[in-house]
Amino acid sequence: MKQYTIDPITRLEGHGKIEIFCSDEGEVENVYFQVPELRGFEKFCEGRLVEELSQIVTKICGVCPGCHHMASGKAADAVYSLEIPPTAKKLRELFYMAHFIHSHIAHFYALAAPDFIVGPGAPAAERNILGVISKVGTEIGTEVIKQRRRAQEIQALLGGHQTHVVMNIPGGVRKGLTEEERDEIIIKAKDFIEFSKFTIQIFNDVVLGNKDYVNLILNGPYSLKIHSMGLVDENNNVNFYDGKVRVVNTTGKELCRYKGVEYLNHIEERVEPWSYLKFPYLKKKGWKGFVDGEDSGVYQATPLSRLNAADGMATPLADTEYKRMFETLGGKPVHSTLAMHWARLIELLYASENLLRLATDKEITGKELRNIPSKVIGEGVGIVEAQRGTLTHHYWTDKKGIVTKVNIIVGTTNNNAAICMSLKKAAQGLIKKGKEVTDEILNMVEMAFRAYDPCFSCATHSLPGEMPLIVNIHKHNGEIIKTFKR
Amino acid sequence: MEKEKPKLNLAVYWGAACGGCCVSVLDVHEKLFDVVANANLVFWPIALDTKYSDVEAMPDGFIDVTLYNGAIRNSENEHIAKLLRQKTKVMVAYGSCAHLGGIPGLANFHTGKEIFERVYVSSESTVNKEKIYPQTSYKIPEGELTLPEFYNDVRTLGQVVDVDYYLPGCPPQTERLLEVFMAIVKKEELPPNGSVIGATDKGQCDECPRKRSDNKKIKQFKRPVEVIDDGETCFLEQGLICMGPATRCGCGYRCIEGNSPCRGCYGPPPGSPDPGSKMMSAIGTMVGSDDPEEIAKIVEQIEDPAGTFYRFSLPAAILRRKLIETTVS
Amino acid sequence: MTFEPTIVSFLCNWCSYTGADLAGTSRIPYSPNLRTIRIMCSGRIEPTFVMKAFREGADGVLMCGCHPGDCHYHEGNYKCLRRYHLLQKYIVQMGIEKERMRLEWISASEGKQFAALADEFTETIKKLGPSKIKKVMETLT
Ligand code: SF4
Ligand code: SF4
Ligand code: SF4
Ligand code: FES
Repeated sequence: MKQYTIDPITRLEGHGKIEIFCSDEGEVENVYFQVPELRGFEKFCEGRLVEELSQIVTKICGVCPGCHHMASGKAADAVYSLEIPPTAKKLRELFYMAHFIHSHIAHFYALAAPDFIVGPGAPAAERNILGVISKVGTEIGTEVIKQRRRAQEIQALLGGHQTHVVMNIPGGVRKGLTEEERDEIIIKAKDFIEFSKFTIQIFNDVVLGNKDYVNLILNGPYSLKIHSMGLVDENNNVNFYDGKVRVVNTTGKELCRYKGVEYLNHIEERVEPWSYLKFPYLKKKGWKGFVDGEDSGVYQATPLSRLNAADGMATPLADTEYKRMFETLGGKPVHSTLAMHWARLIELLYASENLLRLATDKEITGKELRNIPSKVIGEGVGIVEAQRGTLTHHYWTDKKGIVTKVNIIVGTTNNNAAICMSLKKAAQGLIKKGKEVTDEILNMVEMAFRAYDPCFSCATHSLPGEMPLIVNIHKHNGEIIKTFKR
Repeated sequence: MEKEKPKLNLAVYWGAACGGCCVSVLDVHEKLFDVVANANLVFWPIALDTKYSDVEAMPDGFIDVTLYNGAIRNSENEHIAKLLRQKTKVMVAYGSCAHLGGIPGLANFHTGKEIFERVYVSSESTVNKEKIYPQTSYKIPEGELTLPEFYNDVRTLGQVVDVDYYLPGCPPQTERLLEVFMAIVKKEELPPNGSVIGATDKGQCDECPRKRSDNKKIKQFKRPVEVIDDGETCFLEQGLICMGPATRCGCGYRCIEGNSPCRGCYGPPPGSPDPGSKMMSAIGTMVGSDDPEEIAKIVEQIEDPAGTFYRFSLPAAILRRKLIETTVS
Repeated sequence: MTFEPTIVSFLCNWCSYTGADLAGTSRIPYSPNLRTIRIMCSGRIEPTFVMKAFREGADGVLMCGCHPGDCHYHEGNYKCLRRYHLLQKYIVQMGIEKERMRLEWISASEGKQFAALADEFTETIKKLGPSKIKKVMETLT
C-alpha cells in the first residue's frame, strides 16, 4: 500500500490534510480529507451576553468574519423576537454585498485564476497571483488589489473594525450612513459592476475560449452528483442575507424549502473518529456513506449549488449570465466542481449590482437604526449564505439573554463530505497505475479541493507560492520510498 | 531602494487562529510590493509551498523574524512553535491569540472533555449515539490516520516558548505591523526583549474620540442591547462596560469608531500583572455610590465580568482557567 | 490529619490592623491560620493581590478595613467594597467558592470582634476544604 500525504493543505477553519492510499499497483483505493483542528466556540460562547456573540463568533474565521457576524446578528434578533428597522436591514445587506465582493474577487484572481490563466501544469513558481499578473499585465494586478481594498473600505465604514466588524446589535445596527458616504459607495458600486463584467470576460476568453479547459470542466474527473443547497428569496432567486433554504436533488427537483428555524428537521451531522470536523447530511435521505447519487444524503453548499438551487438571479446582468452558464454547460443542475468558479463570478456581478441598488435606495441613509427589545424569547436561529456555503447559528439563552447553548453549522462544514468525495474522484481519475505522479497531477487533485474555496483561501493566496504540498510514497511497511515536494 | 540590502527571512505561522491575523498581513494592500522587496517569505503555509520538513532542515536562526499568530490549543501548535523558535532570531507573538490566548482562550472556562461532549455528542444537529470522538490515532482498512492531541487548556505562545516581542491586537492594525516591519528592515533600535511593540504605552481612554469627564460616577450599568448609544459620549458614562480604561492604545479606536465599546483586544497597559484586574480596579473607582446596599445593587448589574474583562486574555490571567473538578488530576 | 487552612488577611493600617493588634495585646486567643499583610488602606487592596494569594496557595482571603465613614483616606473602604462585590462575581465564574473570600469592617477598638471573625472564617474554610487553585494552575505550566 502506498500512502500519499498532502499536509498541510492549510486552512479550513483550521488546518487540513489529505491522505491518499494506493494499492501496490498504484491504483487509488481511498482518500481521506482530515481537519486536525477544533476550537470549540459552541461551548465557550455559553455564559456570554447574547448581544456580545456577534463580536465573538467573527473570530471563528478571519477570512469570512462578516458571515458569522450576520448569522449571529439574526439569531440574536430572534432571541429577542425583534424586527429590525428597514434601514438597518438594508445596511446589513449592503455591508454583506461588500463582504462578498471582496472575498470573491480575491478568490478568483489569487486562487482560481492561476490554474486557468497560467495553467495547471505550469511550473509551481509561476502558478500564483504574480504569474497571473505577468500573463494579464501589472495594470490588472494592481486593479485587483485596489478593488478588493475598496470593498473592504465599505466594510470598515459600516463595521468600524476592518476585519472583525462590530456593526450588528440585536434589533438593528450601531451606525448609519451619511449622504456623502452613500455617494462614495455608489461610485464604488458602479466600478465593481464594470470590474465584474471585465472579470467574466477574462473567464470567457481564457477558460471558455479554450477547448481543453471546457473539456476539463465538463468531462474531467471533477464531477459529483449530489444535492444542492442555497438560500432563495420569495421568487426563488439567489439571496445571501435572507430567505428560505432550498435544496434541489441531483436532477434539479426541489427536495425541501425551509425557514431557518426548521433546519433541525432537515440537517443532521455525523462524527468520524479521524477528523475534528463533522459531516452534515440531509436528514430525510440519511447517511449512506461517502457516496454520490440520488439516494445519498450528501449535499453541497457552494456558489454553484446556490445557483443550482435557485431559479435565477435578482439583478438583470447577473441573471443573463446565470442563464448563459446553464445553457453553455448543458442545463440545470450542473455537477462539475470546476463550474463553481464561473458561479462565483456570477455572484460577484450580482453582489455588485445589488450593492448599487441598495446604495441608491432612499431609505439607506435613514436615521432609524435600532429597535429596543421588550422581551426575551430565549431561542433564535440565524441563517445566511456565507461565501462558502449556508451558515447556521442557533442560540439558546436564559430569561436574561445570557447564552446557555450554541449550535453552529459553518459554511465549509456543509461541504466536508463532498470535499472528501471530490478529492477521491479526482485522485482516482488522475493517479493511474504505471503513470508517474507529477506535480501537475497533484495540483489537479488539489484543484478539486480549491474549487470549494474552503474558507482560508480567499485573500490569502496573493503572495508568491502555492499551497504547501508534500507527497510521501510509503511502501506497505510505511517506509518512504519517494518524496515529492513543490 | 538605494543599495542592495540583504533581505530579511520572514516566516508567518498560525496556531489556533482564525486567519484574521494572516489576512491583516495581506491588508497592507498596495504596500505588499514594499514588503516583498524587503523580505523573503520563507515559511507561510497559507501562501507558500514550504513544508514542515523544510523548516526542520533550516539551520538554527535561519529565519530572521517569525510572526506567530494563534494560541496553543493542540500538540501540533506546540510542536511548530518550538520548531520555529529554534529556527528564528526574533520571535514575535502576533495578535491577541498568541499574545494573551485571545478568543480561543475563552475555552479555559471549560475542560477539553466538556467541549468534546458539546460538539460531538450533545449538539442538537449531531447524531452520535455511539459517542464517537476524534482520535489521535485511528486504524482504517487502508492503514492509520492521525490527528493532533486536543489539550485540556489553551496557552499563550509565551507560555510555551520564549517570545521576543508581542504585537497585540485582534488582529493587529496593519499600519502598526508596517511600522514595526520597516523598523526591523531599517535596523532601527528595538525595545528590550519581551516588550510589547506596535502599540503605545498610553491607555485607550487617553486619546479616545468620545466626550468624557475625568471623574466618572456610574449609577447604573446597562447591557449594550438596552441602550441606544448617542454616538458621542463615553460608553462607561452611558452605563456600558468599555474596556478602554484597561486597554493599551494603538488600534485606532476601531470598535469605538463603529459605535461599539472596546473589548480589550490590545491587552492591558504596561505594568499590569493581570489583564482583567485593572478593569475591576477602575470600576471600583467609578461606581457612583457610597451606600453599601446600593453598591451591591449597581455591581450586580455587571453581567459576565470574567468573560468580558478577560475576553481576549483568559489564559494570560493570574487565574488561567476555571477550576473544574476534572481539571485536577 | 485535620486540615489547617492557610488564610491570607489584608488589614488596613489605621483601624483593622490596630484592632487585630488589640486582640493580641489583650491576649484574646484566635485562629493561628491567618497570614497577615498590613496595608495602608483597604482601598489599596488590588484585585491582583487576592488572585495572587489564591494562586500561591491561600485557602481563603480575608480583607478588613475601617467602618464606613471612618476610612483615614475617606473613600478607600468604599472603593474596596465595590471591588469586593465585583471580585466575588469573578471568582465564582472561575469556579472558586465565594465563601473563600470575605470583607469585614474592624475598628481599632474591636479586638474581640476581630478574634471572633478570624475563628469563624477559619471554620468556614475548614469546612470548604483545601483550595485546588494552586494545584490546577501548576498542571498548566
Ligand atoms: S488574534 Fe484575532 S485575528 Fe488574530 S488569529 Fe486570533 S482571533 Fe484571529
Ligand atoms: S471608557 Fe471607552 S468610551 Fe470611555 S473614554 Fe475610555 S475608551 Fe473612550
Ligand atoms: S477598540 Fe478595543 S477591542 Fe476594538 S480593536 Fe481597539 S483595542 Fe481591540
Ligand atoms: S484607612 Fe482603613 S479602610 Fe481606608
